[in-house]
Amino acid sequence: MGAKTMTTRASRILVGLVVGSVLLVSGCDDEPVVTGGPLSMRKLTEAQYRQSIADIFGEDILVVGRFESETRTDGLLAVGSSRASVTEAGIEQFYAMANSIASQVVDEDHRDDALSCPATDDACARAFFARTGRLIFRRTLSADELEQWVVRSTEAAETTNDFHDGIATALSGMLVSPEFLFRIDTAESDPDAVGETRLSGYSIASRLSFFLWNTTPDDELLTAAETGQLHSDDGLALQADRLLASPRLERGMRAFFRDFLGMEAFEHLQKDKLVYPAFNQAVTEAAEEQILRLVMHHLVASDGDYRDLFTTRDTFMNRPLGMVYAVPVRSPDGWEAFSFPEDDPRVGLLSHVGFTALHSHRGRSSATLRGIAIRELLMCQPVQPPPAAVDFTVVQDTDNPNLKTARERLTAHRTEPVCKGCHQFYDPIGLSLENFDGAGMYRSQENGAAIDISGDIDGTTFANIAELGAALREHPAITSCLVESVIKYAAGRESSVEEQGWVDGNVESFSANGHRLKPLLRDIVASDAFYAVATETASTNAKLDIQDTETNE
Amino acid sequence: MSFGPRISRRQILKGMIHGTAVTVGLPVLNSFLNSNGSAFADGRPLPVRFGTWVWGCGFTPGRFVPTQSGEDYDLPVELRSMAPHKEDVNIFSGFDCLLDGAPNDVHHSGLMSIRSGTAPLFYKAQHAPTLDVLIADEIGGDSRFRSLELAAPGNKEDTYSARSQRNKNLPELNPAGLYQRIFGSGFQDPNAKTAFTPDPKILHQLSVLSVVKEERQRLMSQLGAEDRIRMDEYFTSLRQTEQQLSLQLEEPEPLQACSIPNAPPERLESGYEVETVKRNHRLMAELLGLALACDQTRVFNMVFTNSFSDLHKAGGSSGHHLYTHEEITDKELGYQVEAASFVEINMEAWSEFLSILKAIPEGDGTLLDNCLVFGHSDTSYAKIHAVLGIPMMTAGKAGGRIKTGTHIVTNGDPVTRVGLTMQQVMGRPVSSWGTKSMETSKPVAEIFA
Repeated sequence: MGAKTMTTRASRILVGLVVGSVLLVSGCDDEPVVTGGPLSMRKLTEAQYRQSIADIFGEDILVVGRFESETRTDGLLAVGSSRASVTEAGIEQFYAMANSIASQVVDEDHRDDALSCPATDDACARAFFARTGRLIFRRTLSADELEQWVVRSTEAAETTNDFHDGIATALSGMLVSPEFLFRIDTAESDPDAVGETRLSGYSIASRLSFFLWNTTPDDELLTAAETGQLHSDDGLALQADRLLASPRLERGMRAFFRDFLGMEAFEHLQKDKLVYPAFNQAVTEAAEEQILRLVMHHLVASDGDYRDLFTTRDTFMNRPLGMVYAVPVRSPDGWEAFSFPEDDPRVGLLSHVGFTALHSHRGRSSATLRGIAIRELLMCQPVQPPPAAVDFTVVQDTDNPNLKTARERLTAHRTEPVCKGCHQFYDPIGLSLENFDGAGMYRSQENGAAIDISGDIDGTTFANIAELGAALREHPAITSCLVESVIKYAAGRESSVEEQGWVDGNVESFSANGHRLKPLLRDIVASDAFYAVATETASTNAKLDIQDTETNE
Repeated sequence: MSFGPRISRRQILKGMIHGTAVTVGLPVLNSFLNSNGSAFADGRPLPVRFGTWVWGCGFTPGRFVPTQSGEDYDLPVELRSMAPHKEDVNIFSGFDCLLDGAPNDVHHSGLMSIRSGTAPLFYKAQHAPTLDVLIADEIGGDSRFRSLELAAPGNKEDTYSARSQRNKNLPELNPAGLYQRIFGSGFQDPNAKTAFTPDPKILHQLSVLSVVKEERQRLMSQLGAEDRIRMDEYFTSLRQTEQQLSLQLEEPEPLQACSIPNAPPERLESGYEVETVKRNHRLMAELLGLALACDQTRVFNMVFTNSFSDLHKAGGSSGHHLYTHEEITDKELGYQVEAASFVEINMEAWSEFLSILKAIPEGDGTLLDNCLVFGHSDTSYAKIHAVLGIPMMTAGKAGGRIKTGTHIVTNGDPVTRVGLTMQQVMGRPVSSWGTKSMETSKPVAEIFA
């Protein structure tokens, strides 16, 4: 990515950096501007593992096994993946999956897909491991490496007298290798700057592919890495645009929003069957899918304004959800577009069952959990865990005849000074969703008393959910949180202080571009900052870029 | 059961891989048992197993802790169900988690202090390995599974076994999955009637894994310090997979107590509803008992309820955890009636768990006699998340290494004394354990046999 040919977009980012660096170095010209982060090593998520296997070997290869739990760190599972390792039980599962996948790949139903050779010999095995190993390890194997796998395959085949069995035995090893289970960044010396290093083309390919498609790089992207294309602005832009235009982008963005919206919690979402008889497993699954469908339709297919997700009356329905929303659904087993009428209390993402039921208790609603979810997930405003010795009794005394609604109970809570500091931060927002019970079903009363859903958020008052949605739509934290989270997700780490200028620049251009997701993604993947490596040499490069940019401008 | 002279595995390896360098380190196996299964052939006693059993949300003050100390201790109402095991357990009271100013992260600080000896500095933090991992490092290496983790509620987050904060040990989530893991592919029946023939394919699998291992140096050299630790954990874990394969080359010796059960039903519902958890816990405990009797593992961790105890009764709008905070204390009885009922449910399950281990005869006694099971919670009085006096118990005589049937009471000693005791009982050469105020070199010597 030569500085002279830098895109306008990247130039703007670097101007942002200059401003940031001036603040940091207090006018000391010789201080390097440090950008980028360390070389990362990220463990594949379950979704990435599954998608990689499907893309390498075909959708009909079954992946049967259990994955270690992923840890939410600094707000995202993606950040946790940069710190995770593999336990004994974890690798036992990976090895069993590897064996099962490998034997499917060579079975009679599938061997022609991956192993069509004129003869079952070393040459055939070599071609197979060269092609497949490149996709598994996300790089071309050296001749020596390749030979290792071929030899092991041949030896195993001699023992069982079965060529395909030999292939499967060796393939299992590849699939349990750390180079498959982790995405390991590598650096290489930079031919444009003697003595300096840069992110390797293969690592750029992986960053692009896992960010946008949530899977291993495809053949074309690996070829672009091999031929050096990804180190030129034009070559990078070409690949970035190809990935962005692909239908696979939706897969990648589903993975981002599942992480961003904390949707892994659906895995254990259960409601009490006697309290909420309508809420069954089909509803749980549909509630999750409904949110992803809405977000994908709005942001990816329609290229819409992110903020409109909080005010839109459009969504999608299927039959199990029709029961919970109390609306007719025509298609017997599919999804259909649906719009809530203008006078309907439901409006925007927050009124969806997948939000209100997910952030509730098993047998009742929770204004607090919902308020915290809005603050933490959507506004990136972390909430402190509660102090240990608190008497919650008054809050949840649902039988107290004087405290009929959650609002009355929580108001009692907020008079306690120790509780007030935090609860006034999220309860008023959460109370605005009290028209939806613990299963997300509409109600206008609680214990015979009308539910008051008015409130205020950071100074803006609202009388109903539509007005809350409108207030959130205009709240600066809603947009900055999305941008920060996308960047954090892409990098697998929290942005550094030095990178804040770049992040801020992205927030600004996100707004300038109508709060649309795809332009934001393109800005990120086309920028130098996304690939910068925080070494002395990298920072020197960044400084040179800035100087050139200033000349260009 | 003998089929001619035993061929060493190293000989097999050389013979079968045409002299190709196979650099798999094969461990010495301890599965050479005498013919009636009461002891190893060289006279050493049967393996001693270590396990933990966790329940969430502690107890009700005044209804749990025995008023008498020593051997003549009483069983208050919440411990009623422990009556059949009174002689087989030790109860520890008055041991405290000393947080040294670290925050009391609710339902986490106490549990993690007990298990890792170090108070977490922030929510969900873990700064040292849990003691089951340390003990598994000592005794788990030779068996097929270094340890088995079991989450009766079926939620993979419900595991309190971890070498580091990076990864929690992955639990089994249902009886069918546990059965597959133990008795499915890779299980060798120690009492098999047919002649033992090692599968030559295993040698090739080991050989392939050695290719993976050979990448270690190259990969490590590219990584920063933090990532090197993670990569090292990966390769440590990979050794366990090799170990499992290597064991399949060994002819297992007969084990009297080992039998293969029928497979449990597939697709049993899981969750935190009381009857569901109890059923899944019972089925998993029965399978675990046989896994121990068949010497498939020597370390286990059973979670009956998570530390936030999501346990709930069908039809209730609240569960155990919510009740501890929200239920009005009954003015006449002086405690939270619903919350207290859940403590009894937890203790009934603990009692049932011990009965299941006790029902398996082994050597001259029962399987439980050859176990040291550590039962504990995350808080004492959950309503205020108290970490002082968190209930802890041990069950089983650890193969005769400890005395049981005692109620040990201290006045605020660190919980780590109990953790240190168990590590020493299980043969870990450690003279002190824990950090800051919880560092201790004083085991609870009263229970040493």
